[in-house]
Amino acid sequence: MASTTTPRALTDIRQEAQSLERRARLRKSVNTTLTYALMTALAIFFLFPIVVMVVSSLKPDDQITSDMRSINAFIPRNTTTSNYSCPDYNQPGSACSPDGTNAGLFERMPFGRVFFNTVFITTSIVALGLIVNSMAAYSLARLRWFGRRPLLTLIIALIIIPFEAIAVPLLLQLRDFPWITDAGWLNTYHVQIFPFVADAFSIFLFYQFFIGIPRDFDEAARVDGANPFSIYFRIILPLSRPVFATVAILQFLTHWGSYLWPLMSTASAGLEIRPLPVAMQIFFGQAPRQWGDIMAFATLATVPVLLVFLMFQKWFIRSVAASGVKG
Amino acid sequence: MLIKRNRPRFDEKTAEQITALAMFAPAGLLLAFFLILPFVNAFRLSLTDQPLVPRLITTTNENGDTVRVQEAAENVGLDNYRDLLSLRVFRLEAERDDQGQVIRDEAGNIEYESARAYLRPAGMQSLAEFNLLGSRYVLGATDAPFYRSLANIFTFVILVVPLQTSFALGLAMLVNQKLPGKNAFRTIYFSPVVTTMAVVSVLWFFLYNPSSGLINSFISVFGLGPYDWLDHPASAMISILLLSIWQGVGFQMVIYLAGLQEIPEELYEAAGLDGANTFQRFRFITLPSLRNTTLFVAISTTILAFKLFVQVDVMTFGTGGPSLSTITPILHMVNQGFREAQAVGYASAIAVVFVLLVLAISLVQRRVLSSER
Repeated sequence: MASTTTPRALTDIRQEAQSLERRARLRKSVNTTLTYALMTALAIFFLFPIVVMVVSSLKPDDQITSDMRSINAFIPRNTTTSNYSCPDYNQPGSACSPDGTNAGLFERMPFGRVFFNTVFITTSIVALGLIVNSMAAYSLARLRWFGRRPLLTLIIALIIIPFEAIAVPLLLQLRDFPWITDAGWLNTYHVQIFPFVADAFSIFLFYQFFIGIPRDFDEAARVDGANPFSIYFRIILPLSRPVFATVAILQFLTHWGSYLWPLMSTASAGLEIRPLPVAMQIFFGQAPRQWGDIMAFATLATVPVLLVFLMFQKWFIRSVAASGVKG
Repeated sequence: MLIKRNRPRFDEKTAEQITALAMFAPAGLLLAFFLILPFVNAFRLSLTDQPLVPRLITTTNENGDTVRVQEAAENVGLDNYRDLLSLRVFRLEAERDDQGQVIRDEAGNIEYESARAYLRPAGMQSLAEFNLLGSRYVLGATDAPFYRSLANIFTFVILVVPLQTSFALGLAMLVNQKLPGKNAFRTIYFSPVVTTMAVVSVLWFFLYNPSSGLINSFISVFGLGPYDWLDHPASAMISILLLSIWQGVGFQMVIYLAGLQEIPEELYEAAGLDGANTFQRFRFITLPSLRNTTLFVAISTTILAFKLFVQVDVMTFGTGGPSLSTITPILHMVNQGFREAQAVGYASAIAVVFVLLVLAISLVQRRVLSSER
């Protein structure tokens, strides 16, 4: 008897194990499917405004509004580039502007100039900031001097001051302050750059990184007669590429969208020196409000940055992570 | 080596001090001039009636000629703070007819005298009217929009911080799983962070359009709406909140992702052996391990949320409307100091109150969150 039941029991157990395994596998694949469904739904949530923006920028105005009622909002139909440019809009018989009023973005505002302004201002802030802030951090982290401790405390305290709170007093302070030429400060490029070059949080990030570099490196260099400045240049800088990338990206993200300060400090200047966010606000308020042109503006302001982000996405994400881990 | 040792140490030390100072100086001077000085000035100006554009007055100089000179700002003490913060409660009397009987409307409610009779002489506007212990009161403020901005920003912060923080954590856990394609999703969730707030505000203004906006079309599929979104006082702030989370949550997600990756895998394995389920693992391993990350995310989101300005300014055309339902302290400050009133002294008082508020909140938050177990 025993010899006949045992194999049967074994088969039962094996079958049971197989069905358990199958069930576990099924549960896992259901879980995975659900996870992907959720992740896709979220991806749609994060992407739909951008897709609608790009697609709408390629449609005539009336098409944009009527397509918003259906899935057509995401589908390019009757595509045209006239929202971007319609050079002969005021000529009779113009293809992109039959009624003679439908100018494109490029005819309505100097978009290229505005884009350049933002690139120029942001790049200047980032580049000058990297030099100035890293030097200050090096001085605080690796040199022995009287100012070290009190100044470090001060820098950390300064991180908390919101720029918004000092914007109005700063405006007043700069209004009558001399500049190397007669131009003064207001309504210039430099008023949009210099207030942001030195940044307490950037100094703090550099400091955190520099303090972790082993001292043996500079001791050795010092014995060879290197001065502190050449140690900074020859030893610290080459070792610190990651933190430079981090600070550059964080500063870029902060200042690319800068709005309040240019709004105030360049209030009486034309668009030839004002940046994208301010131009967007002006263009948005400008009659006639043609959504096609506005979407063209939004697309051209967004897509290049998105492409840069896609190219360096690993660095972007690493930088942001670093700002939290150390902050 | 020998020569170096024989040289007095003093020189080397002095040299290092000078180099250190020289390397710190550029950042130090810039911070002093562009951050510390205006910060100190904010306090100083808040005690004056400084206008943005100096007032010109006609006066006679020592030669007896009439000249126009800039009028110096006057010290007004704490007047700006009084105008900004003054609150008063007035008790309203019931309206009575000739016989001294209380007048009631058709529904039987007592009719009260107009609050304006009290508010106007005091230079105040009504913040709220309320009944308490059988009497009717009106709460007046000299700067009602300021108190509205405080109420709005507190509502915004109280909603956005827990929502955005937990959403960010959820996203981070989702893309932290070992699944193919997770990097693509990570990139997608982060991409709104690199868009420009002023630009996406305009874009969302378009999507929120009550009659032809995509969002109303979308929710109508589920039988919801249409809602007025930005055009209704009850939903305007929520609309701005949704857009703000959309734009900002990817940043916090990445910070959480970094935190999650620091949690040792062994902790989860040990918990698995002890028979902990998914929720228990989250509750007793993930959350406690992320305490510092949560502290950072919550505090930085709070400070950012308090500074709410760009979205509101662009989407409401600087008004903070409808009926002040989206006005924020920074918008009020910009309007007072720079746009309508151009009263720099007054705007500085708003700035000072704002800084103290943000400082106090982040200190309290740090204490509360770090003592939590």
